[in-house]
Amino acid sequence: MDKPTALHLYRVMRTIRRFEQRSTTLFGENKIWGTIHSYAGEEAIAAGVCEHLRDDDWITSTHRGHGHCIAKRAELGKMFAELLGRETGYCRGRGGSMHIADTSKGNLGANGIVGGGIPIATGAALTAKQLGTDQVAVSFFGDGAANQGTFHESLNLAAIWKLPVVYVCENNQYAESFPAKKAFAIDDIALRAEGYGMPGVRVDGRDVVKVYDAAGAAIARARKGDGPTLLVCESYRHEGHYYGDPRKYQSKEEIEGWKTAYDPLLDARGWILRDALADAAELDAIDRAVDEEIETAVTWAEAGPPASPLKLPEDIYASF
Amino acid sequence: MPPSRTAPLPSSGAGEDQPQTREMFYAEALNDALRIEMQRDPKVIVLGEDIAEHGGAFQVTAGLLAEFGPERIRQTPISEIGLVGTAVGAALTGLRPVAELMYIDFSGLAMDQIVNQAAQNRFMFGGQARVPLVVRTQGGSGRGNAAQHSKSLEAWFTHVAGLKVVMPATPADAKGLLAAAIRDDDPVIFIEHKLLYRTKGQVPTGEHVVPLGHADVKREGTDVTIVTWSRELLFSLEAAATLADEGISAEVIDVRSLVPLDKETILASVRKTRRVLVVHEAIKRGGYGGEIAALIAEEAFDDLDAPPRRLAGLETPIPYAQPLELGVVPQVADIITAARELATG
Repeated sequence: MDKPTALHLYRVMRTIRRFEQRSTTLFGENKIWGTIHSYAGEEAIAAGVCEHLRDDDWITSTHRGHGHCIAKRAELGKMFAELLGRETGYCRGRGGSMHIADTSKGNLGANGIVGGGIPIATGAALTAKQLGTDQVAVSFFGDGAANQGTFHESLNLAAIWKLPVVYVCENNQYAESFPAKKAFAIDDIALRAEGYGMPGVRVDGRDVVKVYDAAGAAIARARKGDGPTLLVCESYRHEGHYYGDPRKYQSKEEIEGWKTAYDPLLDARGWILRDALADAAELDAIDRAVDEEIETAVTWAEAGPPASPLKLPEDIYASF
Repeated sequence: MPPSRTAPLPSSGAGEDQPQTREMFYAEALNDALRIEMQRDPKVIVLGEDIAEHGGAFQVTAGLLAEFGPERIRQTPISEIGLVGTAVGAALTGLRPVAELMYIDFSGLAMDQIVNQAAQNRFMFGGQARVPLVVRTQGGSGRGNAAQHSKSLEAWFTHVAGLKVVMPATPADAKGLLAAAIRDDDPVIFIEHKLLYRTKGQVPTGEHVVPLGHADVKREGTDVTIVTWSRELLFSLEAAATLADEGISAEVIDVRSLVPLDKETILASVRKTRRVLVVHEAIKRGGYGGEIAALIAEEAFDDLDAPPRRLAGLETPIPYAQPLELGVVPQVADIITAARELATG
């Protein structure tokens, strides 16, 4: 991998991590309303996949969507502003964390419904095919969504129509509180792809290079018109299902063990140093730049006006 | 809200300003709208079950496969949430899909994509998105299809902010409203009635658009207003004709578009006749007639000589056996009785 790509992947991952840490702080300060779901621990997936996407390619995301949004090149200030309920937020305070979208960058939205984005990405891919473009759609979803009906119906449709879509299943081992090993009678979710007649690829979602390579192949395949792929990325989320999750379904040993042993961001740093793509000083400089960018974004977001109720009805319908 | 009396009934008159019309079945009029809209906009596609060679369960897409090919008449497996969700994604990204749900009773299978996605995407995204989606479906009883294929579920959809809900009763309105729904930038639930497909009427040929949000006074009268939609319109007109023989002049309003609702046309009629009967096939409890009766009570209470009255389906699943089935939804005689009581009470 070339140095700019490697450093960009690192920067995206680092940005996602810091964004989640900073959001958690803001939540603790009671500045964020509702709920947030941290993507910490899964950064390599969004970064590795979206590195191959253009602004006119589409993604659908999940309730745990900050990482996808950042990797799809969203503006951090508008993301924080949305979490803070500001008129300057991506959705002008109508959506919040679970509904951030940036259609100008092809982000068709986080989604509060598990599996809700899978057919939507399939439809975006249909648009590309219908209009004869080489755009692709990527649907990010979790292991929980792989047991929803939308998964089944969408993968079948995409396969019979050979749509340019990549289904990225992020297996973070838990559907809310339900462990994947109890929710599936198979160990490898990618096996399901064969039943739909598409390639199924399982990859270590902690390793950004492996994700990057596997996603690159799947996206290139879709772009060429050769149809969909199911890409299953094995992962682990550092935090609970949501901010404040008491995590009664996990042991302390498991949580602490994974958190120290499983860190895709540290892994990425180790890989870059080992392959001499950059030295520690360069990576430290990226870290500092990201920290500054995050603080600038938070400051900008906090200065924004609160979401206005006056304009509420006009967003419901395009015309009424 | 735009002025009330729009889109006059098509006339077969020969005046220069009159559109050319032709007698068509309701199903044929819908087919005509789909064909014309697909001809004028390559972004219009149709997705659904049995819509290709078979021509749709009610023949609404008959012949379209031959004209537009399998890419635009996209027949799907029996996958309701998959086909509706795919249509939502296509709508968000630039197409104008028409998704066909064969029976409204199957909408439960697709409900998340309709209610949580299509209806709310624009709002949740702060106005960034448009969802120019039409979900065509049909409901209603009267064909012995029993409880899972006969419901009138429009109230479910009227309750969801972000959806528009349209229910044409005549062939001309079916064509004009479907064209308007396809051209609309919001998700529209377009509900046909299975026993209207084989009804006939004069329909403008060529492009014909009836704007959403406009009720239509299908018969003028002075003594009592009947507010209704879908197949009950035909029953109400029949009832009004009989009532006229008795010397009771009933005005019959076809709501056509439940959301947006043309309040002005309804209120103006009620203020004139001072008595109102709301008639629909759907179950009375929680039915949209309650919304209309409440609207009238809120906004025209002082103009009324009698409380608003509802005549609607009994609170039961639709039974199979014919006498039972006919007994649970309002028939012409029921409307005559209710309107007579109101007008003479």
